[in-house]
Amino acid sequence: MADFDFRSLPAIWTRELIIFKRYWPGTTFTAILEPLIFLFAIGLGVGAFVDEIDGMRYVVFVGTGAVATAVLFSSVFPGMYNTFIARVFQKVYDGILSTPTTTAELMVGEATWVAARTAVYGSVPMVVTIPFGLTPRWGMLLVPLICFVSALGLTFLGQYISGVVKVIDSFSYFQSALLTPLLFVSGTYFPISGLPEWFGTVSNANPVYHCIELVRDACFGTLSWSSWWHAAALVVFAAITGTLSVRIMTRRLIT
Amino acid sequence: MTSSSALAITGATKRFGDFVAVDDLSLDVRSGTCLGLLGPNGAGKTTLMRMITGQTGLTSGTVSVLGHDVARESRAARSLLGVCPQQDNMDDQQTARENLALWAALCRVPRSERRQAITRALETAQLTDRANERVTNLSGGMRRRLLLGRAFINSPRLVLLDEPTVGLDPQVRSDLWLIIDSMRRSGVTVVMSTHYIEEAERLADDIAIMNRGRIIARGTPQALRERHAGLEAVEYFGPQDALDEIAAKASGAGLTSRRAGLSISVLGVEKTDPTVLESWGRHVRRPTNLEDVFVLLTGESLDG
Repeated sequence: MADFDFRSLPAIWTRELIIFKRYWPGTTFTAILEPLIFLFAIGLGVGAFVDEIDGMRYVVFVGTGAVATAVLFSSVFPGMYNTFIARVFQKVYDGILSTPTTTAELMVGEATWVAARTAVYGSVPMVVTIPFGLTPRWGMLLVPLICFVSALGLTFLGQYISGVVKVIDSFSYFQSALLTPLLFVSGTYFPISGLPEWFGTVSNANPVYHCIELVRDACFGTLSWSSWWHAAALVVFAAITGTLSVRIMTRRLIT
Repeated sequence: MTSSSALAITGATKRFGDFVAVDDLSLDVRSGTCLGLLGPNGAGKTTLMRMITGQTGLTSGTVSVLGHDVARESRAARSLLGVCPQQDNMDDQQTARENLALWAALCRVPRSERRQAITRALETAQLTDRANERVTNLSGGMRRRLLLGRAFINSPRLVLLDEPTVGLDPQVRSDLWLIIDSMRRSGVTVVMSTHYIEEAERLADDIAIMNRGRIIARGTPQALRERHAGLEAVEYFGPQDALDEIAAKASGAGLTSRRAGLSISVLGVEKTDPTVLESWGRHVRRPTNLEDVFVLLTGESLDG
């Protein structure tokens, strides 16, 4: 890590930018539409039966939770699929590593790009919820940053998974057994407090939970010392998954 | 390593479990020359290339690129290298120009020089008029030309070409040879692996014959032929038993021969009385080639 050269990052971003310029309508459409479907289907659908949660309209509760849904979907999937395709099918990474670039720079470059994109995609559900009763606050300006840090760790996680599997079909195990629980045991659609107590303990290991809590603190003006705990958890998560990603990718790419 | 070496490898060994891919190999390549690394598939050529770029670690030994020890300073080494891989690894949904732009950025070509570098690479690859075409729409030969042009985008001091014309038809191959030859003439050091005899003979100043992870002979094409196979060969065609008979006669006359399918070549016949050769049957006289050398040294064929 001592040898990390930040000048490699713009080159990695150049590649992502070229790809993004070609595919941005599709990528953006999916990234924005999916969380909005959750927001409307669940927020308004279930909201017809549930009046309020913690003193706020249910749709507002879900709207802020949908930020984390957007973050999860737009970071972990590119981390898994794009990384696997570039490494295994296109051999692009083999080529990149024959230039003055290291595996760590490659993985960090890819993850920071995805995280930056997610900072935008993640904030969309929040903005859309404003007409439904979410009061605008200055704290909301922190949401893109929260999305960035959360997405960084989740993209690294996706990269790590892509290094673990031998074939691309094995991703479905991770989707069912890891990503779905991450999404549901996080407080997106219902408060964790409604679940048995041990769920609350477990959810502390869930980055999506910390992301949601922090987003709600920022949106509802409830930022406090406990917000620092969530922020620290997200940073630690990114540090751990980043290390894991670089380690497994080095094993896969440098023989 | 002498001061004029572009590449110096000493005692390089690479094991994958029990398999020894590169076996105590030493190699010195003088600046400004083109070395042909000739060997069959599986000889360890690609592993050797990856050792030079630092993408395969050494079990033991050292690799030095223009004075930079690859184990310690692989980034510095790679910044002086140009690489044309055996397996096409371009982004095929991107255009030729975009692929080159990416490479210029990755190779740290200064921003102000990138546009010029890309234009030059497109000219080298003879793809100026296809610059905005997606790579997936280019033919196999065009893609190879683009890969070659890409390898030169950072004006490297040492270029690695790993089987640059593998799997291409002869016309395309000779187009690529022209490009490689012009690069070689520009003074850059080239290390080119190949299992095509003609490619090695035409382009390389110097040949290293590689088999089972080792270099078993080294020299100019001419010197290797003279030393191991003589200057001329005669080739006889016929049924197997007739070929057996010729092999026995050649051996009786103190000549080496090698079988290849439906023919037998008797080597080093330049000083043999033509009437003797005539008496063994109808034959074709030809200069010896590196394939003769390879088979004599290893007992195996290059296409093996």
